[in-house]
Amino acid sequence: MTHGLNRIMWSTLGLLFAALWGLPFLYSVWTAFHDEIYSANFVWNAPLTLENFFEAWQAAPFALYFLNTVILITIVLVANLILCTLVAYAFVRYRFRWMGFLFALIMVQLLISPEILIVENYLTLSKIGMIDTILGIALPYLTSAFGIFLLRQTFLTVPVSLDEAAQIEGAGAWRVLWNIYVPLARPVYLAYALVSISFHWNNFLWPLIVTNSPEVRPVTVGLSVFATVESGVEWSLVNAATLMTTAPLIIAFIIFQRQFVANFMRAGIK
Amino acid sequence: MNKRLPFGLAMIMLVIPCLLLVAFTHYPALRALLNSFWNNASSRRPSKFVGVGNYQTLLEDDRLVQVMLNSTFYALGTIPLAIGLAIGMALLVNAKLPGTSLMRLSFFMPTMLPMIAVANIWLFFYAPGIGLASQILGVFGLPPINFLGSTETSLVSMMFVAVWKEAGLFMIFYLAALQAVPENLKDAARLEGAGPVRIFFNIVLPLLRPTTIFVAVNALINAFRLVDHVIVMTRGGPNNSSALLLYYIYEVTFSQRDFAYGATLTVLMVCLLGVLAAVQYWVLNRKAHYQ
Repeated sequence: MTHGLNRIMWSTLGLLFAALWGLPFLYSVWTAFHDEIYSANFVWNAPLTLENFFEAWQAAPFALYFLNTVILITIVLVANLILCTLVAYAFVRYRFRWMGFLFALIMVQLLISPEILIVENYLTLSKIGMIDTILGIALPYLTSAFGIFLLRQTFLTVPVSLDEAAQIEGAGAWRVLWNIYVPLARPVYLAYALVSISFHWNNFLWPLIVTNSPEVRPVTVGLSVFATVESGVEWSLVNAATLMTTAPLIIAFIIFQRQFVANFMRAGIK
Repeated sequence: MNKRLPFGLAMIMLVIPCLLLVAFTHYPALRALLNSFWNNASSRRPSKFVGVGNYQTLLEDDRLVQVMLNSTFYALGTIPLAIGLAIGMALLVNAKLPGTSLMRLSFFMPTMLPMIAVANIWLFFYAPGIGLASQILGVFGLPPINFLGSTETSLVSMMFVAVWKEAGLFMIFYLAALQAVPENLKDAARLEGAGPVRIFFNIVLPLLRPTTIFVAVNALINAFRLVDHVIVMTRGGPNNSSALLLYYIYEVTFSQRDFAYGATLTVLMVCLLGVLAAVQYWVLNRKAHYQ
């Protein structure tokens, strides 16, 4: 009996805390779906409107920004999946001189990530003439130490006997990789892809530095250019634009909630 | 035993991917070190070797002192708070109470949002007069606070934003750790007459220690790496009160166009992270000896 009461109390407390935690977000949602005059005063039956979204969509080239983000993410993800797989495979299946040293060298990137080397990476990029290009934004992220680490850990769990059996059957190195290692690591690839997509969708500082023109801006930079309140944009529009640019991630999260949480866990723990 | 890696395969599998990595991680770090001994080139004269000149500037830079104090305060404030909240959230979500999925959604949502979207949301939340924060103060008859516009509150306001964004992610790691706590240990403690509080502090919390170390290290790196909200919400102001180290590097380099000093500050940042990593290694090693 007291146990049941306890549960109800904790549940109420938890939901209250969750509501409090969600307040800033909910306030933003409220404003985005109402006319500007309601953005500071709550009237329960205030009419809902989608006007802000239409207006924001037309006020800046958001379609283009979305396209740029998708291109950026695709380049990074494809490069990551291929390059990290190759490196991880070489570390698991072969031996070579300086193996441990090279692995330590790669892992340095976990600590000193491209985000903090903006000064010199900008200089490198301008030297090779890649400033203000989407490929330029992607370039520092094409190989990922995190991806290599994750895949190496996974490949190490593949039973050696499977590998040997395939070799006896006459499969070459590429066949073994493609038919044994890659299929067995599928959940890890999914986890990595989810983490990588959300990271690059959200990345801001580096694209901000690299891009000057709207033609190559990803959605985060586009949003920040649009949402400078000093320039006289209304709050309701800013909030609508903010929600609009994050909607794909929010929707994806709600659909894939279970896998997402599970994969985040797996990605983090290993 | 593994085979030796043939030369051709090595080129494809290792050299090409690793060259990309080295070009944007190791090369720029070393390049920053080199450039920190030279001054800026201008159209009239090429850059000149100045020895430790830039480091002398660094030692005499009053703004840097403020920035380092801010960064330290920011890290020491956000990390324990985010970890504490994350543990609380994980316990709530793990208790299988009614309404769990709503709680999980609310806690995890901020993690999904880009920092720039979070910054916009909180910019509005903090906005003087119109924002929810000042309206709530108004309901209680308290005077309005200019959260982002005054030197006393700007940094703390940024810290809340960071905690709000990060706690949900850390909750996920704790959730995984909680689910790995053996049920029979807790049952045994319960049989011995231990209450839930005692069970948490004597059994669960010690088992969460590896997770806490992992999360703390990540939080530390993030505290130095993530400055999007500073750029959007305060631009380090007012009067540098909310400027963090990476933001300062960004401003020195790309607003004042002082690439030489930017490189010097980058060296400082890399060294700082290196020291922190060494401390992490030491802590983890000590932990390993316990087992």
